[in-house]
Amino acid sequence: MEKRVTFKGWLLPLCLIAPQVVISAVFFFYPAGQAVWQSLFIPDPFGLSSRFVGLGNFEYLLGDPYYRSAFVTTAIFSTLVTLTAMVPALFLAVLADRLVKSAGVYRTLLIWPYAVAPAVAGVLWLFMFNTRVGVVAWYLGQLGYDWNHVLNEGEAMGLVVVASSWGRISYNFLFFFAALQAVPRSIIEAAAIDGARFWRRFFTIVLPLLSPTTFFLLVVNVVYAFFETFGVIHTITSGGPQQATTILVYKVFSDGFVGQDLGSSAAQSVILLVVVGLLTVVQFKFVEKRVHY
Amino acid sequence: MHKTAFGALLAGTTMLSPMAAMAQTDIQFWHAFTGRLGELVAAQVETFNSSQSDYHVTATHKGNYSETLNAGIAAFRAGEQPQILMVFEVGTATMMSAKGAIKPVHEVMADAGADFDPDAYIGSVKGYYTSTDGQMLSLPFNSSTPVLWVNRDALAGAGIDPDTDLSTWQNVDATLDKLKDAGHDCPLTTAWQSWIHLENLSAYHDVPFATKDNGFAGLDTELALNGPVQVRHIAQMGEWAGEGKFIYAGRRNEGGANFRAGECALFTESSAGYAGIKAEAQFDFDVRPLPYWDGVDGAPQNTIIGGASLWVMEGHEAEEYKAVAAFLNFLSSTEVQAKWHQDTGYLPITIAAGEKTRADGFYAANPGTDVAVIQMTAKQPTANSKGLRLGSFDQIRGIIDEELEAVWSDDKDAQAALDSAATRGNQLLRRFEQANR
Amino acid sequence: MAREVTGMVERRGMGLWFTHLLMIAGVLVIFFPIWLAFVASTVTQPEIVQPPMPLWPGDRFIENYTAALFSGVNVPVLTMLANSMVMAIGIAVGKIVISLLSAFAIVYFRFPGRNIFFWLIFLTLMLPVEVRIVPTYEVIAGFGMLNSYSGLIFPLIASATATFLFRQFFLTVPDELAEAARVDGARPMRFFWDILLPMSRTNIAALFVILFIYGWNQYLWPLLITTDPSMNTIVMGIKQMFPSGDDVADWPVIMATSILAMVPPVVVVISMQKLFIRGLVDSEK
Repeated sequence: MEKRVTFKGWLLPLCLIAPQVVISAVFFFYPAGQAVWQSLFIPDPFGLSSRFVGLGNFEYLLGDPYYRSAFVTTAIFSTLVTLTAMVPALFLAVLADRLVKSAGVYRTLLIWPYAVAPAVAGVLWLFMFNTRVGVVAWYLGQLGYDWNHVLNEGEAMGLVVVASSWGRISYNFLFFFAALQAVPRSIIEAAAIDGARFWRRFFTIVLPLLSPTTFFLLVVNVVYAFFETFGVIHTITSGGPQQATTILVYKVFSDGFVGQDLGSSAAQSVILLVVVGLLTVVQFKFVEKRVHY
Repeated sequence: MHKTAFGALLAGTTMLSPMAAMAQTDIQFWHAFTGRLGELVAAQVETFNSSQSDYHVTATHKGNYSETLNAGIAAFRAGEQPQILMVFEVGTATMMSAKGAIKPVHEVMADAGADFDPDAYIGSVKGYYTSTDGQMLSLPFNSSTPVLWVNRDALAGAGIDPDTDLSTWQNVDATLDKLKDAGHDCPLTTAWQSWIHLENLSAYHDVPFATKDNGFAGLDTELALNGPVQVRHIAQMGEWAGEGKFIYAGRRNEGGANFRAGECALFTESSAGYAGIKAEAQFDFDVRPLPYWDGVDGAPQNTIIGGASLWVMEGHEAEEYKAVAAFLNFLSSTEVQAKWHQDTGYLPITIAAGEKTRADGFYAANPGTDVAVIQMTAKQPTANSKGLRLGSFDQIRGIIDEELEAVWSDDKDAQAALDSAATRGNQLLRRFEQANR
Repeated sequence: MAREVTGMVERRGMGLWFTHLLMIAGVLVIFFPIWLAFVASTVTQPEIVQPPMPLWPGDRFIENYTAALFSGVNVPVLTMLANSMVMAIGIAVGKIVISLLSAFAIVYFRFPGRNIFFWLIFLTLMLPVEVRIVPTYEVIAGFGMLNSYSGLIFPLIASATATFLFRQFFLTVPDELAEAARVDGARPMRFFWDILLPMSRTNIAALFVILFIYGWNQYLWPLLITTDPSMNTIVMGIKQMFPSGDDVADWPVIMATSILAMVPPVVVVISMQKLFIRGLVDSEK
């Protein structure tokens, strides 16, 4: 994916790119570099003194079964959030695409949650499932189901997944809906005339055409699940019960800002940085090769 | 100087000098209170500000306890720290170890030439915040201790005498049986499980929570929370949880909502739950001392406090520290303390404030409000019941919460869970020791 | 035209009604949490703490919203709304400007270090401010930008979402346009202003919505760097209404503030819906 036609010169592009590079350097790479540097030390919280420990922080982390299990939790959580945020969104988008006239009304109603902050979404869902005042929890109780996400690990995971995915369903819906509308009608008509049934048509023709959107959303949703769900987990479970919902970013926060263990927190940032770097490279190789019309 | 201001307050007048207003010293006070408590803090600050013209305090809410501490630490690293920072009791060791970041309260008072009598403060309250050589490091602000809240209507409804003796866990056990047999859905719930059922349990039964005098005597302390007394108690609670007699509602004070709504019969929670329970409960309730295990030597000893204290941060001007001294003295004054104690259910920090409250007839009018005071002060604290001073303690509490949840859901037995909590917590203590050596 | 034909292919009695039914069910499920928050913001505290709470609004709308708007935590919610507004708009505009320029440079030029710059910028997409927050805080403090709008805005601009999207879009712009510009001897910036920028209008609108919401919804960063209450933003304000100690959560006021915090971003999303969606379509072609 490169332009064949380009302009000449190198000073102008450097000037154009400079603001972003400078801002990234000052507010991103320098702090990230600091995190790498700090990962080699055990500093005290106030920055008054610090002991060089080499790779001691990494040894400590990788030898900690709870840190390793946070990887597994993150993988499960991200997969579930991505699926929960994308599948219903695609389904709703397909429905909306069929309802030509009223699609706009449904769309307007569906995009509200997109505007809700993750921390606020956490509050709303906690409010519904609060074991005490939660309306949904109460009605579940009436049906004989004893909802208790503060002790039941599966329920806790389910709740943070749904609360995290909720706003993303709107976001994904918008992308899928827009992409569906952009699918050339002639293709679908041709298939319809051939007598292909709707869902078969959907899976064999439409879904492949949506692959660039799907891939883009996959990346964005995984990144979201990794990093931006912090507010949800913080408000609903604080990583519990036990460590059932402690994902990597929550652990960076809780070790660094609750536990004041900056060395461990910095080392975790570095590990995340590496994981994310690898993920990015792999995904880009993938996008260049596989996703084409 | 503060004496003038204070005199003015007591006289109920403001003696504003137009000259002094020109050179007003402004200080920052970061705290963690919202809602009604936030309003009470704002009122205290407002009273102080209008009582004199030399100093002005700006109070800022910085989030919950953890967030406030983090904001303070981050600000210090950036050279933007406030003069006064509220730090919850589990952050005490972190603050104490930060020599160069904090200015001990006794030093602030001495430098400012302020009147300061450490003996005026209640021993078991200030003990948590006092160095081993008896110097006060931070000013106790809001302190509470766990007690047993009883829904009398629930007991009566289950055919139990509401005045039944609940002073021991043995008696509580028998009562829980009766409640369960009567079909009660939530015989017992709790708030702050680690604080009440391990930290206070240990102090109350005069057994160590950690070695080295619970960490007071050195950074090389190790957790001792997996001793027989603790294991017995947690095992019993686990059993109750399995039988549906103890309902776990969450790591913080989520159980409070269940109790206030009348769902739960018994509730172990801070004495500071008073105002909330009084406001919401539509049933007859009373407050009892925290139960203890009959037969354990030395029990009941005394319980320990929870809450927060005010730390003075390093790096400000002498004039600002004078303002700090004046404000802290104002907060410790009998009037202010007695009002705070009566409004919130937090313990008074000075002996005089407790006496004034009694003299005002408050305890007589509100039966049970002195239970916490008595429970805290009945005995001279021992090395096991003076308090806790452990690094990374907020995180260790998180570990304890996780392990206790494993017991309540029957994933682990009490011994295994507490052993695991000790091992994991000790790792953090060693890291804290390394960082602060 | 094409849509009409599809419509004819798809519309068949029962199937249509069934689709509507499914859609309505979907909307109800998605919308329920907001509805419930709204109901909770119009009733009294006792109605909530004695479950089940009502599912239809009560009569305390004015009282609860007045309490939220004019009392707040440290400052009235109105002030926090204004701060959130400045922060969100600042982030959206700032990011769009620098991203347009850098995407233009990356797509339309071959210059030394281009690939390295591209990857450096792209890497920032991946590691949000939460992960590097202590060093970032120190940088901001070093510049004296605590308690300032620039401190709230700049670190959050350092991320490549917008650059990524503009790059994708520029790649789809027909080469003939640039070719024609080049043949006409138009200078690159002329091409940028006269052709590329007008073509990007819908993308800019789409990004504005995304970034406005991104900025509006920030929580941890404002909490750390605004030590002055008059600089607080609304999302951190909601979180701060939950008691940290032994106090009682005032659900009606918390829920009223939650609803207030939703209104501006919802208005932006809904009012710019058409542009926003057209932008998405174009950038994904």
